[in-house]
Amino acid sequence: MAESPKEKNLASAQIAASEESSIIDQTPSSGGFSMPETPHSQESPQGAASPDVLRTRVFSADDLRRAHTRIAHEIVERNKGADDVVLVGMHSRGPAIAERLATAIKSFEGIAVPVGTLDATFYRDDIGMRPVHPAGPTHVPVDITGRVVVLVDDVLFTGRTIRAALDALTELGRPRCVQLAVLVDRGGRELPIRADYVGRNLPTRLAEDVRVRLLETDDVDEDTIELWGPPEALGDDE
Amino acid sequence: MKHLLSVDDLSRADVDDVLDLAASFLAVTKRDIPKVPALRGKTIVSLFFEDSTRTRLSFETAAKRMSADVMTFSVATSSVKKGEGLRDTVGTISAMGIDAVVVRHSSAGAPQRITEWIDASIINAGDGRHEHPTQALLDAFTITQHRGRDLSGLKVGIIGDVRNSRVAHSDAKLLTALGAHVTLIAPPTLLPESVESWGATASLDLDSVLPELDVVMTLRVQHERDAQSRFPSLREFTQRYGLTIERAARMRPDALVMHPGPMNRGVEIAGAVADGASSVIDEQVTNGVAVRMAVLWKILGSGGDVV
Repeated sequence: MAESPKEKNLASAQIAASEESSIIDQTPSSGGFSMPETPHSQESPQGAASPDVLRTRVFSADDLRRAHTRIAHEIVERNKGADDVVLVGMHSRGPAIAERLATAIKSFEGIAVPVGTLDATFYRDDIGMRPVHPAGPTHVPVDITGRVVVLVDDVLFTGRTIRAALDALTELGRPRCVQLAVLVDRGGRELPIRADYVGRNLPTRLAEDVRVRLLETDDVDEDTIELWGPPEALGDDE
Repeated sequence: MKHLLSVDDLSRADVDDVLDLAASFLAVTKRDIPKVPALRGKTIVSLFFEDSTRTRLSFETAAKRMSADVMTFSVATSSVKKGEGLRDTVGTISAMGIDAVVVRHSSAGAPQRITEWIDASIINAGDGRHEHPTQALLDAFTITQHRGRDLSGLKVGIIGDVRNSRVAHSDAKLLTALGAHVTLIAPPTLLPESVESWGATASLDLDSVLPELDVVMTLRVQHERDAQSRFPSLREFTQRYGLTIERAARMRPDALVMHPGPMNRGVEIAGAVADGASSVIDEQVTNGVAVRMAVLWKILGSGGDVV
């Protein structure tokens, strides 16, 4: 999801503006994994003078529930059943989303789809460029060789995290095919990668920030997905 | 983090990071393909001026499992034998373009000196009687795997040739910082002049302390330094300070037996105790690779200091 800055003098602003840096920042520390506090991981590069403001509420809790149900149906339809499917959630919010999809599939298909977790940190292409720590363990309970792996993540942006995840998957086996399910596709791809299942397409600008908050992973009372951005950008492209 | 020379370089947050990362890397080492591309393109030199089996292999394994290139410098076959000094040796290696040097040297402070000469990151793999920080981290990791992250109140005994042991020094400081209560147990001649700076207490009587210990860490008698001249006979040392089968029977049932290796079976620890149910000595070796992967990642991979 995170971008690799093309220009070094913009690196700080670009990194801080990416949705991934904010996601990692706000991951609860209860998991024991943490990210060091550095200027690079600050959420608002524009400084305290112009904090980001809420621009759009992308999903309410109900919207999100419906999106999960639809994506679950699409996965089963596309693969003509769910027998070979393995859902693999990408840290930090993917595992929770994958569990929800598995629950939905179980409810209408009666099949318990295996759910795994994946951390692609050690396979990234921006190692050494910014502070990165693994967000959780990699654990896939079944052999993925010959099966259909559906990678699950919250937001698809540059595609670099997915590229790293494909490398990480290769180490675990040789799936028959790999598909990608995301709640939000915010555009901005830097690699030839696309999602097979999308909750919502949401074209965004670089300075904007898609904030995902889930019951399982964030200290919130209800699920929300919101688009935040600097105030001066308001109205520019809406 | 640029270098790792001493456990004093590590903040509590750094230690927590390393322990978290080590858990991730331990999972990696248990996969069918126990290798990640995390440090592809990085070159790491292992520069050992003193004998070593496990530390050197452990570091080299760790580096290779992260896809780094490893150059091995062995004193026995090098120009050091022709009289080349440390500074020139290090300068030559540095000129080849490297990212990190893992150094073991018989002189305390040698790794620190090297940081003044070259730009690469320096990792201390044991310097004289001074420090062995990655051993302390792997011991801490092994203990936390069994007892959880919070070590407050945990009673750790470090027994034997404490005076000559850089492991005892680093372990005592790190485990104390994590909340454990460390007791150094040795004959008076094998205790350091002062233990206050280590944050530990000292005892001369193993039998009175042993039944309370949660962790029983035995140390090798270091003949290559001057240990043997400091007590009458090995037999007497074993009688009073060896972890014999009879003594091991008086340990707490859940006590962990540890040893940094290499072991002299029958001297500081009985073979049956080293191989017994309480022993986590093999785990220490396995964990050592994961912890060193974590340290290499923290220094070369995570980019924590790259601005």
